This record gives sequence, C-alpha cells and structure tokens, in this order.
Amino acid sequence: MAWDSRARRVMMIYLPLSCFVLILLFPFYWMAITSFKPNAELLNYKEHNPFWITSPTLAHIKHLLFNTAYPTWLKTTMFVAVGSTTLSLFASTLAAYAIERLRFRGSPYVGLGIYLAYLVPPSILFIPLATVIVQFGLFDSPMALILVYPTFLVPFCTWLLIGYFKSIPYELEECALVDGATRLQILRRITLPLAVPGLISAGIFSFTLSWNEFIYALAFIQSGANKTVPVAILTELVTGDVYQWGALMAGSLLGSLPVALFYSLFVDYYVSSLTGAVKE
Amino acid sequence: MSVTTLTSPALAVRQPGWIVRLFDYKPFLIVMCLAPAIGLLAVFLTYPLGLGVWLAFTDTTIGQRGVFIGFENFQYLVKDPLWWNAVFYSVVYTGIATFGKFALGFWLALLLNNHFPFKSLLRAIVLLPWIVPTVLSALAFWWIYDPQFSIISYLLVDVLHWRSTNVDFLGTPWPARFSLIAANIWRGIPFVAISLLAGLQTISPSLYEAAMLDGASAWQRFRYITFPMMMPILAIVMTFSIIFTFTDFQLVYAITRGGPVNSTHLLATLAFQRGIAGGELGEGAAIAVSMIPFLVFATLFSYFGLARRKWQQGEAND
Repeated sequence: MAWDSRARRVMMIYLPLSCFVLILLFPFYWMAITSFKPNAELLNYKEHNPFWITSPTLAHIKHLLFNTAYPTWLKTTMFVAVGSTTLSLFASTLAAYAIERLRFRGSPYVGLGIYLAYLVPPSILFIPLATVIVQFGLFDSPMALILVYPTFLVPFCTWLLIGYFKSIPYELEECALVDGATRLQILRRITLPLAVPGLISAGIFSFTLSWNEFIYALAFIQSGANKTVPVAILTELVTGDVYQWGALMAGSLLGSLPVALFYSLFVDYYVSSLTGAVKE
Repeated sequence: MSVTTLTSPALAVRQPGWIVRLFDYKPFLIVMCLAPAIGLLAVFLTYPLGLGVWLAFTDTTIGQRGVFIGFENFQYLVKDPLWWNAVFYSVVYTGIATFGKFALGFWLALLLNNHFPFKSLLRAIVLLPWIVPTVLSALAFWWIYDPQFSIISYLLVDVLHWRSTNVDFLGTPWPARFSLIAANIWRGIPFVAISLLAGLQTISPSLYEAAMLDGASAWQRFRYITFPMMMPILAIVMTFSIIFTFTDFQLVYAITRGGPVNSTHLLATLAFQRGIAGGELGEGAAIAVSMIPFLVFATLFSYFGLARRKWQQGEAND
C-alpha cells in the first residue's frame, strides 16, 4: 500500500515536474554550452556528443568582449535600466501614495486609469512614439528610452505599491499627524520605510522589464554604441549568412546574467509580490 | 480635516518652512504627487495613442508630414493579402499559444501546489524563462531550430532514428509558425503557472476536506472546487496573456522576421516593417490601429466569458 502510493506520487508529481523543469531549463543549458564550445565541436555532431564539451574555450566570450562593442552595449543597457527604474519608482511611489493614502474624490478612478495604461501594448504605440521622440530631439539617445519605459513601468509599479501601502495601518500615520508631523515627514519617515519590501520588488520588476524591452529600443536607436544588448545582439552580431553561434550564444548568456543575478538575489520578494499582485 | 486649520495661518506668514507647509495643503500635495506619473503617461502614452490613430488616417512617411486621407490606408489594407495573412497568423498564434500556456501552466501550478522538498527553489527556477530577456532566449531557440545543427533534429535522426532527414523548422511556413508558437508557450508557462499557483493557495483546504468526506473523486474535486474557484484569476491572467500574445513582436522578429515568404508576420511585425523599416508611417500606424478591435474583442471575450461564471461560487450571475 505504502509502496503503491509512493509509486503513484512519482508518476503523478515528480515525473511530470522533472519534464517541466527539463524543458524550461534546456534552452539555457544549450545557450551556456554553446558559449564555451570550440567551433570544431559546435558544428560536428558526428564525432562529438553535442550535449557535452570536451575542450571548453573562452574564445567566444573573448571575441565578444574585445572585438565587438559588447561592453558598451552592456553599459548602455545598465544606464537605461537604472535610469528608467529610478524615474518609475519615483513617479509611481508618489502616485500610489496619493491614490491609496491621501484619498480624494475620484482617487479610485485615477488608479483605474493608471492601471488601464498597462493594457496599452507597446506594439500599438511605437510608430507615433517614434515621431514624438524625433520632435523632442531625442532620437537615437538613451534618454528617449529612459523617458519612454515608464509608460509600462509606472502602471505596473503603481499597482504593486498601492497594494503595499494598503497593508500599512492608517493609525501609524494618524499618530504622527497628531504629533504635528508634516505630510512630507510622514511620507519620508513612516510610510516609505514601511513600504521598503514593496519598493524593492517594484524596483526588480522595473529593472528586469527595462532590461528586456526590445521594440522601442529597436525603433528609436540607430547608432551602434547607443543600442541595448537585446537589440545590438540581433542587429550587430547577426551578420551575413554564416552565423557566429558561439558568439551569439555567449552574448545571450552574458546579457541574461545581470537580470538572472539580480533576480536570484531578491527572488523571494519577486515571487511573493508576483503572487501578491495577482491575489489583489 | 484639521490639517487645513493648522496650515492656513502658516501660509500667510512667509517663514523658511513655507514650502514644507505648502505640501501640507492636501489638494496641492495630491496634485504634486500625481504630477510625475500622470505627466509621463500623458506625454508618452495618451498623446501617442491619439497621434497613432490620427496617423492611421494620413499618408505620413518618414521625413514628410502627411495629409488626412480618410480611410484610404484601411481600404488598402483590406485588399492586401499580407495584412490578411498577418491577421490570420496573429489569431492562430494567440489562440494556440494561449491555450498551450494555460493548459501546461495550470498543470504545472497544480504540481507545484503539492508538498515536496526544495519547493521554493523549484519555483524560483521555474520562473527563469520569464525573467531572461525574450530576445536572448529567442536567439537560443533560433539556434535550437537551426536547419543543419538543430539539437532536436539530432535527437530525432541520430539518437532515436525516427527520421532520416533533419527537420526544416523555419524554412517552410507551417513548421515555422508552430516553432514560434512553441517558443511562445515555453516563455509564457512560468508566468501562468506562478499566477495560478497564487490562486490555488487562496482556496481553503476545508472545501477539499468536506468534498472528501462526501466521497468526491479527485476529478470531481478539481471540476467542482478548484476550477470554479480559479475562474476570476484565470479571467485576469488570460486577458493579460491574450493582449500581450496578440501584440507580440520580439519573438517573431528575432527568430524569423516574418519569413519564410511572410508566413509568420504578426500584425506588430508587419507594422514595424511597413512603418519604421519601410518609412510608411501612416500605413504602419493603420496596421497597428487595426489591432485595437481584435484586442477589445479578445479582452471582452476572455474577461466576461470567464468572469461571468460567478454563480459557480454562489454569487448572483450579473
């Protein structure tokens, strides 16, 4: 009986679960293993087992770091991601505070309006936005991306932070108000420190989302040095008919590492706020 | 509120702290707090959205201001087989990918809802495809689908001997279409699974205990407790998923760029090709705008189709 239920558990839970993990992780394994394979092994499946490397090499990564503008792309991407995250956190913290804490007539509608903005997909906006960016003289500048990314970051963060502010008891603010603190003091000394977990998760989401963004960066940036990693890999590294798979995969791997690292540091915040946001 | 009585005398006297006191005046503080967010969204979202609709009715090209031409762009699109092709594939792509993501994601969520060691580690690992930039994982898929060196072909031909030739994943229309859909499902599973897992955890265990006492089978417990209880969250997650799958761009652009012979163009990639790469801003905007009716329809369908079933939780229907 006990054996039966254990076998059943293996078949019903562990087996399918391992298949899921295997399939979900395989492209990353394949990306990683390709990055360290010498070209001879990369293109010869008859003599080498494609799933393993016999003589790993750093040639692809070296090529990427020293013969291409990859370090510049990484720097630009980092700059854009940090810039837009800071801007979005600033704007959405204040907005969430006003909507949830200052409670005015129509505040639920303002909240709904900001939330609806999230449902407008970038694919519909990029053409008119390109003309707006040109009008502002920001075409081909990373500043354009820093200013445009908040359009999808602010709705998301505001929505997330409203939930956090909701969980902070009103009494704390009321006590401070009675004690003669100004509204700004209350925000800075009481509400914000208590909302730190929310700010962290909003920050991680913003950072990963802006690192990930593609269509605006593709449409608004022309010169090689100002490109972000995803766009640059696709437009600058893919040249001609012979693809440099080793370098391409190394580029993808290196480009994924910052987000993966950042994510793994704060993974608990990430998962809990994702589940929390959905529960709302 | 007592705040106004506290601040009004202070405003009259210009003391060093007057700015701080101004922020105690609630309407002012509200406006100041909302200004950055609303300002950004107004300039870079609402205005471009309006401008996009306007552009769709003009013959604007890059470098040349256009004039109003009424419905000409749309009349042209309706006669354009490539536009119909993109509409067709966008619908197929969204339909199959959404179905796949939800079927597999729901399954994964049910699996993750069991108790086993290293549960939180596993959850963290499972989310990875969703964290890593889509274009970068799309490149990995491009390499996996390589005509000569595809690892899938290697498995099918050299390891399992199920086929004698390599699979041409991206060279012919239907295989290319399904290859992209598979990559999209792969990327979407984690988000669906984690969101639905959150939903599963809100269901009270006492419901299952009561059902067990009444002798309900595992399938009956899923059918009459889990499924109806998950409806609201399914409706929200599916609405999101449909919107972002229908307007997807990166995956297709990175792997096939709409090829072979334009068979995998989504409306978004077609809009990019015509609007930005081709310079026909008006026409591109018209293609982008033509997504809106589909989006509205799909959203209403998924949201109300699922959310209407509130009666299953004992609430009144509408």
